[in-house]
Amino acid sequence: MFKLWATITKDIRVLLRDKVGILLMFIMPVALVIVVTSIQNSTFQLMNKNKLLLLVSNQDTGKLSPQLIQAINNIGMFRVSELPKETDAAAINTKLHAKEAELAIVIPADFSAKVGERAKASANKALKSFGLEGDSVKANLTADNPISMYYNPVLQESLRLSVQGGLRSALQLVESRETLRDLYFSINDKPLPAKLENEMLSSKTVINQIPTTRNGDRLIPNATQHNVPAWTIFAMFFIVMSLGGSVVREKVSGSFIRLKTMPTNYLVGLLSKQIVYLGVTMFQALVIFTIGVWLFPVMGLPALNIPRDVAGLILVTLLTGWCAVSYAICIGVFAKTQEQANGFGAVSIVILAAIGGLMVPSYVVSGPMKALVNFSPLHWCIEAYYGLFLEGGKFTDVVANIIPLIGITLLLQVITVIGLKRKNLI
Amino acid sequence: MANVTYPAVDITNLSFQYPGNEEPSFTNLNLKIGKGDRFGLFGPNGAGKTTLMNLMTGLLQSNEGSISLSGVKVGQHKYRVNRLFGFVPQDFSFYQELSPKENLEFFGAWYGLNSRKIKQKTDELLQIMGLEDVRDKQVQQFSGGMKRRVNLAIGVIHNPGILFLDEPTVGVDVQTRHAIINYLLELNTNGTTLIYTSHQLNEAEDLCNEVALMDNGKIMAHGPLDTLLHQHKHDNLEELFLNLTGKHFRDDV
Repeated sequence: MFKLWATITKDIRVLLRDKVGILLMFIMPVALVIVVTSIQNSTFQLMNKNKLLLLVSNQDTGKLSPQLIQAINNIGMFRVSELPKETDAAAINTKLHAKEAELAIVIPADFSAKVGERAKASANKALKSFGLEGDSVKANLTADNPISMYYNPVLQESLRLSVQGGLRSALQLVESRETLRDLYFSINDKPLPAKLENEMLSSKTVINQIPTTRNGDRLIPNATQHNVPAWTIFAMFFIVMSLGGSVVREKVSGSFIRLKTMPTNYLVGLLSKQIVYLGVTMFQALVIFTIGVWLFPVMGLPALNIPRDVAGLILVTLLTGWCAVSYAICIGVFAKTQEQANGFGAVSIVILAAIGGLMVPSYVVSGPMKALVNFSPLHWCIEAYYGLFLEGGKFTDVVANIIPLIGITLLLQVITVIGLKRKNLI
Repeated sequence: MANVTYPAVDITNLSFQYPGNEEPSFTNLNLKIGKGDRFGLFGPNGAGKTTLMNLMTGLLQSNEGSISLSGVKVGQHKYRVNRLFGFVPQDFSFYQELSPKENLEFFGAWYGLNSRKIKQKTDELLQIMGLEDVRDKQVQQFSGGMKRRVNLAIGVIHNPGILFLDEPTVGVDVQTRHAIINYLLELNTNGTTLIYTSHQLNEAEDLCNEVALMDNGKIMAHGPLDTLLHQHKHDNLEELFLNLTGKHFRDDV
């Protein structure tokens, strides 16, 4: 026990004197969690408060294109800026390249005419199906000129698809309104009253968003609640840069030669490193969670809500830290140089984070990658954290994620011991 | 039952070949080093000195034959054997980020000493090595000579019966060399067997009472220094060395 205590003391002293290592372990993840949460929060603000700038070149002179522009405005997602009618595709390209906006649409010159014709045709069909005679106007069903949407290629596909969905719903509204007006006029020989039109076209059904938390809380998840757990795990695993390097440094330095000739098993040294760095990971989590709870609101970001099951949170953090430490030591044992440990360690953590759902949610992963997700320890860590932070669960609710995490940790420990034995280090 | 006195080192029919090497480093090597000897192992670069020392300290495993330290077989009783000796490798074998005191505290614990004994030996060794004033400074700030003294102090903190020294004075000034040699002689007077390799042959003459000259994995000559010089009709160890190993360059690749 005294040997272990002496080794822990030595490791703490060595660690505290490695200023760059400490910077890497604390400052970098803290910066990362602040930056990523701020950015994701800005994305949320963009969609909900700041709105996306949409350039509109309306080449139509009819009455329906202004209605379309009004409908787009009413979606609440866009800030519409109308361009002069003569603005052509080349000019729009130039504007998008100049970053004046990320999106632009061109409403063709025959938009009102075509929509009007189609509405009449639809109204006639409806009247015929009611057994009534409609207007004798024959709808011209030649192909419409499309509404063209120009977008900057940097626009993410998910955002582009949601923009397209918004535009489609605006278009649908204009077309439906026109059909309804035609239909009403054909039957009543007078225009559709505005009040009735509003009642018929505006949706009365409210979409009630309910997060299905285990504890019944109705707190809407936000960027902080998603990002802080994810980047805390990333930070914990990123100690591979310090710990993996430390194991290699000790292995290739003269001190290891002496350690091998001493009447003490090197496993004592590795146990000490596990204890010390487990403490580091716990401290990392404490620092990042504290920042989430106290600093984020000061910075205008949503505050982190700590799960009710604090004991569960500590236990999950402890197991996550243990897995991270085991991974780092395993890398350190097999790497021949510090460069190998740092290079492989950093790249592998980024890959494991990516497939584990820290960067892209694992539920969107499909195909062969779906199977790979389960091999990432970070996946089980994030699932357990989300169970506590987002779903309001208790430790017992995330045991299904903890068991594979412990399994991977034990596997890493076994691989480490095999590596040490093969290299005649124990 | 009669008390059996084992030699400090007993090497019998030792064979060793590095994996991937075509030639063995040693074949049927035999060597005995008496208890209380000041034994010097010399040879040109690539002769096998460090390999033999690594085999004696258990850092390498022999292919055939056996090595015993004070009657205990190396490789079979690792931790028992490791308690018997101290090792001062040629490289600085300690934590540069720690102070001499902190290094001694850590390595003392790994040698199995208790905290009281560690404190006593740390104070004593820092005083002997002239490191008292810098006991709390990080070793990485030290000169080469000071680092050599830290290296030596760690190797002897547990009062080993056998002390392996691989080039313990390389790169140090005359004062430090003098202090180290004197301290080693004092240790030997108190019963520690010294097993020493160096290229400093004049230093070896001051320190060693028994030498072995080695080349190409073979012991070319072995015996008390005076006897060997007399037998080969040489005035000093350097002449004897050149006579037995030749004057051509040896590049240890």
